[in-house]
Amino acid sequence: MATYSTSEFKSGLKIMLDGDPCSIIENEFVKPGKGQAFNRVKIRNLINGRVLERTFKSGESLEGADVQETDMEYLYADGEFWHFMKTDGSFEQVAADKSAVEGALNWMKEQDIYTIISWNESPISVAPANFVELEVTDTDPGLKGDTAQGGTKPATLSTGAQVKVPLFIEIGDILRIDTRTGEYQNRVKQ
Amino acid sequence: MDHQNWQPTTDKRMLEARAALLGQIRRFFQDRQVLEVDTPILSTAAGTDLALDPLLTTLQGSGSKPQSCYLQTSPEFAMKRLLASGSGPIYQLAKSFRNGEAGKKHNPEFTMLEWYRPGYSLSQLMDEVEELTSLLLGLDKAERLTYSELFLRHLGIDPLASSLAALKQLARAKLEVSFDSDDPDQWLDLLFSHCIEPKLQTPVFIIQYPPSQAALAKLAENEQGQLVALRFELVAQGMELANGYDELTDPKEQRQRFERDLSVRHSAGLAQYPLDENFIAALAHGLPDCAGVAMGVDRLLMLKTGSNTIREVISFPADIA
Repeated sequence: MATYSTSEFKSGLKIMLDGDPCSIIENEFVKPGKGQAFNRVKIRNLINGRVLERTFKSGESLEGADVQETDMEYLYADGEFWHFMKTDGSFEQVAADKSAVEGALNWMKEQDIYTIISWNESPISVAPANFVELEVTDTDPGLKGDTAQGGTKPATLSTGAQVKVPLFIEIGDILRIDTRTGEYQNRVKQ
Repeated sequence: MDHQNWQPTTDKRMLEARAALLGQIRRFFQDRQVLEVDTPILSTAAGTDLALDPLLTTLQGSGSKPQSCYLQTSPEFAMKRLLASGSGPIYQLAKSFRNGEAGKKHNPEFTMLEWYRPGYSLSQLMDEVEELTSLLLGLDKAERLTYSELFLRHLGIDPLASSLAALKQLARAKLEVSFDSDDPDQWLDLLFSHCIEPKLQTPVFIIQYPPSQAALAKLAENEQGQLVALRFELVAQGMELANGYDELTDPKEQRQRFERDLSVRHSAGLAQYPLDENFIAALAHGLPDCAGVAMGVDRLLMLKTGSNTIREVISFPADIA
């Protein structure tokens, strides 16, 4: 497997750290003008989902992680596993356990496409698209005609996720959500 | 080939802000009778600084065989040769290059404002830096704190009196680090850049650096009888803006520092660079006592325009240049 030097670190790069496959979230170059250069790196452990921050001396390198990323369609959950199907026409299915889907649970909708990260041929992590469209199942009554900016209220989506939405949003509306921040973007359908 | 990145990362407003900033800088120095100079970016010699990595190229047509040349990491050596030749106070807006330095606050090619004031003390030069940053950015007067005071205030240790083991232990208690090192300065750099600098939001001049971090500054004893480097840095909003020295003028000591750097470079497996003999010869001829400072113009523009990354203020960052 290839090795990657700190100058090649970027968001999304998969590397091995302490024996586990990890994904780089953020790489910050830090250097006192006349001093040692460092890379302060935020890393997600793909096995347990934990995020840690570690500082490397610039020029250090890490081994790449042999992980595959595959886009798959979410089919159903059976209480123990979440089942996905490849989109390449093979109808091949994989089952991901709770620890793999945990980070995506708020944004899971049947028939949507997710990125499945596998290591040693078993799914270790499931990532939603950057934006998902979900229905509002509960929120306080909307204020008719109030499309002015400013006020927000909580809303519950079909997945159980809670998001802050503008006051005019009503039950049954379909909203576009940024899964990276968990923030409301806009209303897709009334 | 994908050419989707032909467009600049700056908008028209940013180009205008940069032009205005450069104009203000030039007027500031013109009003003070400091002469603008323009020295070569390319040199057959390079600095020996352990933490700087110059870009290498090959020069032909200078009347000799093709020869290795370096892009300057700052215009310091050439400007000091001018000072030794009797130029009087000078400034320069110079493109400078530091290989491998890329990030939110770094681009491998950047614009440096550097100026020298014969006869000035470090304190007089800090006053002038303050007048410039007040004019350009409306920055307040900066508090002047020693390197030791900052460590004591933020980390509870005196860096000039701490052992390697104590520095290591503190760094590992505060941060998760991937490496080990027997060089106390690497631990100081780590602690300073991670635990102190981000907290310096209002402007601070850091003075009295450890003698091991003197670079091209003179050494002297402070009020407590400790040997310190006559050097300052200006930090504001958690970002280093300027680095100044009471300039070392002694050619023998300068040569010793270069040779020491080169020997450390050798044992660390780092590249060796040819000593700038022209620069040392200029010191031997006589560099007037002077104070000098370098400021990052791109970072000034970041503060001026409220930009979070250097990409926003440079028209074509290195990856799309």
